[in-house]
Amino acid sequence: MIRLFWRDITLSFRSGGGFGLGLAFFLILVTLIPFGVGPESELLQVIAPGILWIGALLACLLSLDRIFALDFEDGSLDLLATAPIPLEGVVAVKALAHWITTGLPLVIAAPALGFLLHLDSAAYRWLIITLLVGTPALSFIGAFGAALTVGLKRGGLLMSLLILPLYIPTLIFGAEVVRRGAGGFLVGTPLAMQAGITMGAVALLPFAAAAAIRVALR
Amino acid sequence: MSLISVKDLTVSRGGMPVLEGLNLAVSKGEILVLRGPNGAGKTTLLRTLAGLQPAYAGGVVADPETVAYAGHADGLKATLTVTENLAFWAGVYGGHDITPALAHFNLESLKSRPAGNLSAGQKRRLGLARLMVTGRPVWVLDEPTVSLDKASVAIFAEAVKTHVGAGGAAIIATHIDLGFEETVFDVTPYKARHDVVRNDFDESFDEAFR
Repeated sequence: MIRLFWRDITLSFRSGGGFGLGLAFFLILVTLIPFGVGPESELLQVIAPGILWIGALLACLLSLDRIFALDFEDGSLDLLATAPIPLEGVVAVKALAHWITTGLPLVIAAPALGFLLHLDSAAYRWLIITLLVGTPALSFIGAFGAALTVGLKRGGLLMSLLILPLYIPTLIFGAEVVRRGAGGFLVGTPLAMQAGITMGAVALLPFAAAAAIRVALR
Repeated sequence: MSLISVKDLTVSRGGMPVLEGLNLAVSKGEILVLRGPNGAGKTTLLRTLAGLQPAYAGGVVADPETVAYAGHADGLKATLTVTENLAFWAGVYGGHDITPALAHFNLESLKSRPAGNLSAGQKRRLGLARLMVTGRPVWVLDEPTVSLDKASVAIFAEAVKTHVGAGGAAIIATHIDLGFEETVFDVTPYKARHDVVRNDFDESFDEAFR
């Protein structure tokens, strides 16, 4: 399984691998916001937590269909399904690799972009923590959606429709943590809820995704 | 003792039975060649044997760690080199040495080329070299000789002979004569009849996927 993890990481860094795709999208979205809504720092300060979280979410969505579709097309998924590693493990490892190549760069880039949006200085800490806690859920929920649509040609639209409602709780709690952090309020409750969603997704969805892949391979 | 055997197996594709009443067993040192026209159900049978799809009725008796499957697609990554591709599969199957497989399929000179730059036949050779690093006893191969030239077919046949000679077995769907001492199994007589009413299938779950 470690082999699979490193293969996925290596593939994402090779040409056409999609590393940086999400990051670039996040960057473009956030730098365009001040042009769109105007440069008033009070206004930007208010919307910054929401914008940063929506940006992270959409950037994550962008690269989801690659998780399984490429392996399905070239037959690797058939071979992985017959290999001596459990399919649930394959899903978990691929979701983890997706998070490392998509979610983690967003966490690292977010503070710099928060600066562009005049994010309140008290909120930086919470922005990083909440992205760190929340983005793994985006990758694991996304892996489940990708597994459901893996057998479909160009299933991207269907996958987005399936996934977006499942992303909403993570988005609400994530943005709430940053907003409360900026205002100097207690952040414990939304952060705990978000951590709960992430842990639930990481623990349960690999099983659901593996079941979906087994059906798709028939 | 057979490595893999099936009893009264019915295989289905998209919920429709394709072949029924299959009984066969493959023991150490045996090569079973499946024959039948296109669309007869050879691929479906092989995928069922490999455990990729459930049997419609009857069952496959084999240790889950028995079968190495090679289908129409080779499972290669275009941006990884030949060595990286093969080393990955070797790692997945428990770290067998890849050097003999590279040598046998004449891939040594292509070692550091990205798999995306290989010709169709070279890709196929790499896909088949994967079988040698799995260390699994039963090779289940679906049209393995597609896009191979005469020399490569001979190399492949030699690999199968060596594998079978070392106590392995192979089940191969192919249309060409590979020069084995083989058992030929024609699937045509087992074609599922569609004029009988069936009430033995599980409609509950995979209805939606037909």
